Amino acid sequence: MKLLRILATLLFAAIAVSPAPTLAGEGGRTPKPVVTIENPGKCAAPAEEMRRNHMEMLKHQRDRTLRAGIRGEPASLNACIECHASKKTGSVLGDGQAFCQGCHEYASVKLDCFECHQPKAKFKAAGLKP
Amino acid sequence: MSAPNPRRAFFAAAGAGVAGLGFTAIAPGLHLMAVGEANAAARPAGTAASPAIRWGLLIDATKCAPGCTKCIDACHEENGVSEQLPDPRQNSQWIRKIELVDRRNGRVTTLPMMCQHCAKPPCVDVCPTGASMKRADGIVLVDRHTCIGCRYCMMACPYKARSFVHTNLTEQSPETPRGKGCVESCTLCVHRVDKGQQPACVEKCPEGAMTFGDLNDPVSAISKRIAAANTTQVLSDLKLDLGVRYQGI
Ligand code: SF4
Ligand code: SF4
Repeated sequence: MKLLRILATLLFAAIAVSPAPTLAGEGGRTPKPVVTIENPGKCAAPAEEMRRNHMEMLKHQRDRTLRAGIRGEPASLNACIECHASKKTGSVLGDGQAFCQGCHEYASVKLDCFECHQPKAKFKAAGLKP
Repeated sequence: MSAPNPRRAFFAAAGAGVAGLGFTAIAPGLHLMAVGEANAAARPAGTAASPAIRWGLLIDATKCAPGCTKCIDACHEENGVSEQLPDPRQNSQWIRKIELVDRRNGRVTTLPMMCQHCAKPPCVDVCPTGASMKRADGIVLVDRHTCIGCRYCMMACPYKARSFVHTNLTEQSPETPRGKGCVESCTLCVHRVDKGQQPACVEKCPEGAMTFGDLNDPVSAISKRIAAANTTQVLSDLKLDLGVRYQGI
């Protein structure tokens, strides 16, 4: 009986010190995307908003930039890439840890932006050598 | 680069025939003054392209050197056009050199040709998705987000200015997104113009054959030149009101 009480106390203590509310499966059986945030705290909007709405923000921005010619607004894809490109690979694509690819692979959402857009930060196009 | 094409020679000749018959903006009483001033200041962040401006180019074919491809190289580098396909006819061509030969006396004129940034662009008229578009300041662009690659615009363009991207690309310039399955053409270096710079071809031409500026502004270098010299819109009988004008053809 005494042993049982000690065990219960230990268990309670363990729950009490475990970090903030946990999602089902966290820390255990469900894998999570492993993305590295290279420059934390500088984002155009809070992380929760970015996670849910970045696609809408980019979609509005692309029309404003291309069709209206409005430049220098926060939700620019190039600005995202400059900040989020991996310090190792220089890109937001490449493997399961790359910022864009990592999460999109995890969520199984097709990533079309980079069929046309350059995924590497500070990329200098060479053009055709004469 | 410059495949002599009798049909194009004919087009240009047809345009030259009616040079100065009313389609060039003549502002009387203005003298040619110091030229070469930079484009207007960069448009401030957050402001849209203004319909008060009409960006244009004036190309002086008398200065354009035969055999020179510096404008083409500058365009390719600036816009990351680097793919070379097994069939070279499928390579993108934003700007090309055209050679005009007067068959009677053999006189050769060369000139660079790109999207003419029509005020009434046929490519925009025919596009079924609204992807082919004209910006408020007269720059004609393809919105690749909505382009379905049908290539109607390529057929509609009287200047053969547009290309279709036939292959997957990885070497794009960050400021010039481009990719397989979309049509593209000269953007008048819109990303540079918005920063207050000149288009790459204008900047890199060693002969100073190209002038860039605001056709609506009577004191801009380009307007003053057009007011002072006899300039031509190629195929001006189509009345497309071109942003690109030529001198000496
Ligand atoms: S030159 Fe051709 S591509 Fe350019 S605006 Fe005119 S029709 Fe369109
Ligand atoms: S190829 Fe693209 S831009 Fe050209 S007409 Fe078709 S949808 Fe429009």
